[in-house]
Amino acid sequence: MIAVEVKDLVKHYGEVKAVKGINFNIDKGEIFGLIGPNGAGKTTTLRILSTLLTLTSGSVKIMGFDLEKKPEEVRKIISYLPEDAGAYKNLSGRAYLEFIANFFDASKIRKYVARGVEIADLGERMNSKVETYSKGMKRRLLVGRALMTDPNLAILDEPTSGLDVVNAQEIRNIVKKTAKEGTTVLLSSHNMLEVEYMCDRIALIDKGLIVEEGKPVDLMKKYKASNIEEVFTKVVRQ
Amino acid sequence: MSALGNIITKELKELMTPATFLPIIIMAIVFGSMGNTIGGIEDELQEPPTIALINEDNGNFSQIAVAIFSQTSNVTFYSEDIAEKEEAINILKEKEGQALLIINSNFSENIENGKTGEFEIYWIMQGAGILDSISSSVVETLIGTVNVEITKELINNGNGSINTTTALSPTSRNETTYFKDKELPGISPGQIAGVLSQQSTFIPIIMMIIIIMAGQIVISSMALEKENKTLETLLTLPVKRSSIVAGKIIAAAIVGLILAVIYMIGMGTYLASFQFGTDAASATAFDISLSSSDMILVGLVVFVSLVAALAFCMLLGTMAKNFKSAQTLTFPVAVLVLIPMFITMFKDFDTLPLALKAILFGIPFSHPMMAPRALLFDDYLMVFAGIAYVAIFALVMIAIVVWVFKTDKIITGTTSFKWMKKFKK
Repeated sequence: MIAVEVKDLVKHYGEVKAVKGINFNIDKGEIFGLIGPNGAGKTTTLRILSTLLTLTSGSVKIMGFDLEKKPEEVRKIISYLPEDAGAYKNLSGRAYLEFIANFFDASKIRKYVARGVEIADLGERMNSKVETYSKGMKRRLLVGRALMTDPNLAILDEPTSGLDVVNAQEIRNIVKKTAKEGTTVLLSSHNMLEVEYMCDRIALIDKGLIVEEGKPVDLMKKYKASNIEEVFTKVVRQ
Repeated sequence: MSALGNIITKELKELMTPATFLPIIIMAIVFGSMGNTIGGIEDELQEPPTIALINEDNGNFSQIAVAIFSQTSNVTFYSEDIAEKEEAINILKEKEGQALLIINSNFSENIENGKTGEFEIYWIMQGAGILDSISSSVVETLIGTVNVEITKELINNGNGSINTTTALSPTSRNETTYFKDKELPGISPGQIAGVLSQQSTFIPIIMMIIIIMAGQIVISSMALEKENKTLETLLTLPVKRSSIVAGKIIAAAIVGLILAVIYMIGMGTYLASFQFGTDAASATAFDISLSSSDMILVGLVVFVSLVAALAFCMLLGTMAKNFKSAQTLTFPVAVLVLIPMFITMFKDFDTLPLALKAILFGIPFSHPMMAPRALLFDDYLMVFAGIAYVAIFALVMIAIVVWVFKTDKIITGTTSFKWMKKFKK
C-alpha cells in the first residue's frame, strides 16, 4: 500500500525555485531516505509534507489524504521532527510529552506518554526542566515525542543530529523498530552511513530535482561504489 | 572605503529600516497635532471669553461689574430681564460661550449694607480635561477683577464704616454648571474637573499597564516559539491555527488582567491617601457616578480592547525573529497606548480638533479610556460605536493573524509585506 504519493511537487519562494517538480512514492512501513547537498530542497520537501509550507504546484497524498485539501486530517496521522527542533524550556521532559499527547486521542494519552518516556530513556531526568538538558538529551526527548503517538508517517529531519555514537545507534534501532510496527518513515540525513543502514530506499535530491532513486544496494551496484557516500558524490558531480 | 566608513555604512543599513522610523514619524505627527491643540490654549487664554449678562440691578456696583465684563469679554447677550435666562443659555450654548452671569436686583444694596452681592453663574462646560477648564478660568479671573474694583470703590468712597470682610470679598456666587446636557446645580466646572480628574488619570494608566504588559507577553511568546524552535512542531500537531492564536491571546489576557489587578490594588491604595473616597462620594452626590449597567459596559469595552490589543500584538509577534526583536516590537504598542492616555488626560473627546478626534477614535485602545466619562454623561452612542469599532478591529486582526499562521510567512521568516520591501529598496 502506498503511504505517501508525491507528484510533480514544485515549491517557489518568490523568485527562488527550491523544488522543481519531484515525484516519489513511499510504501507503508518503509523507511525512505531523502539525501542531498545543502540547499538541494530536502527540508523544503519535508516541511511541505508536514503541512508547514504550502506547495506551489503538484500534489501530495498521505495515507490517501490530499495535503492541500485535508491538512488537518494529515496532521492527525503524521509526526514531524525538525532538524533544529526545541522543546519548551520551562516544562519538564514528562510535562512536554503530556502537552503533546493531549493533542491526540484522549484515551491513549497515558500510553503515548509512557512510550515517549521509554524512547527518550532519560531516567529520573525526565522530571527535570528541559532547560537543564544537554543537546543529546533534548534530541532523545524530541525523538520520543515524534514517535510516541504511533504516527502513520514519521518525518524525521536529521533524527540523530547532536547525538553521540551510542545514543545515535539506539535511536536508529528505535526508528527501525517503529517502522517494523507499521509506521512509515521519511528521513533526511547528511550521515550517509546512517542512510545506508536504515533506509529501504533512498532518493538523491539536487538543485530541487530528484536525480536518483532506488535501494541502497542497487545504487551502489549501479555506480560501482562501496558505500552510499560514494554514490552521492558521483551523482552530485555528474 | 576606510574600515570606519565600512562599519558605519553597515550599521546604518541595519539600523535605517522602516521599523525604526515609522513609529517615530507617527509619534512626531501626533505630538505635532497635540502641540497645535495645546498652542491653541494660549490663544484661548488671550481671547476675550464669550459670556451672556443679565443685570437686574441698577446700583453703582453692578455698573462697575457690567463695565468690566463689557470691556474684557465678548458679551453675546445682554438683558435686564431675568425672564430671558433660558434664551441667554441657549445662545451661549450655540456660540460655545463660557458662562451666563446674572447680577441680582439687590446686588449693590447688599454690598452697601455690608453683605455680599450675589452673582448667579451658569457655566457652560465644554469638556472636563485638564486643558478644558482654561476657558472657565478666564471668566474666574474677570470676576476677580470685578471684586478688586468693587473693593477699591468701597475703600475710596466708603463712609468710614466699611465692613472689612465685605470689602475684601464683596461678591458671592451661586453656580450651576451645564456639562454634556446635564444640569448640575451648586457645582462649578472646577469641582467637576476635580472629581473627574482622578478617573481620567486612573483608568488610562491601568489600561496602559494592561495592554503593554499583556501585549509584551504575546509578542514574547511568539518570539520565544521561534527562538526555541518549538513553533514548527506546534504547527504540525492536530490543532487548529485559530486555536493556537486564541490560546495565546486568552492566556496573555488572563496574565494581563492579573497584573492589572495587582497594580490597581497598589494604585487604589495610593489614591486613597489623597481622599479618593471623598471625591467618589461627591461624584455620587453630583449625580455623575457610573451605574452598575454602565460598569458592565466599561468592562465590555475593556475586554474588546484587550482582545484587539492582543490580536494586534500577536500580528507583531509573527514578525519577531527572536526575543530581542520582540522587545523592539512592543514600541508601536506603547506609542498607540500612550497617545490616547495623554490626550484623554488633557482634553475631552468633544473639545478636540477633528483630526485628533479621528486619530483618537481610530486607536482601539482609546475607547476604554474614553468610555467611563462618556457613560457618566449618557453618551451611549459614543460607547456603543466604540465597542462596535474595536470589536471589528479585533476580528480583523485575529483573521489576519490566523491567515498569517496558515501561510508560509510564519515559517519562512519574518512577516513582511510587499510595500515594506519597496520601502526598503
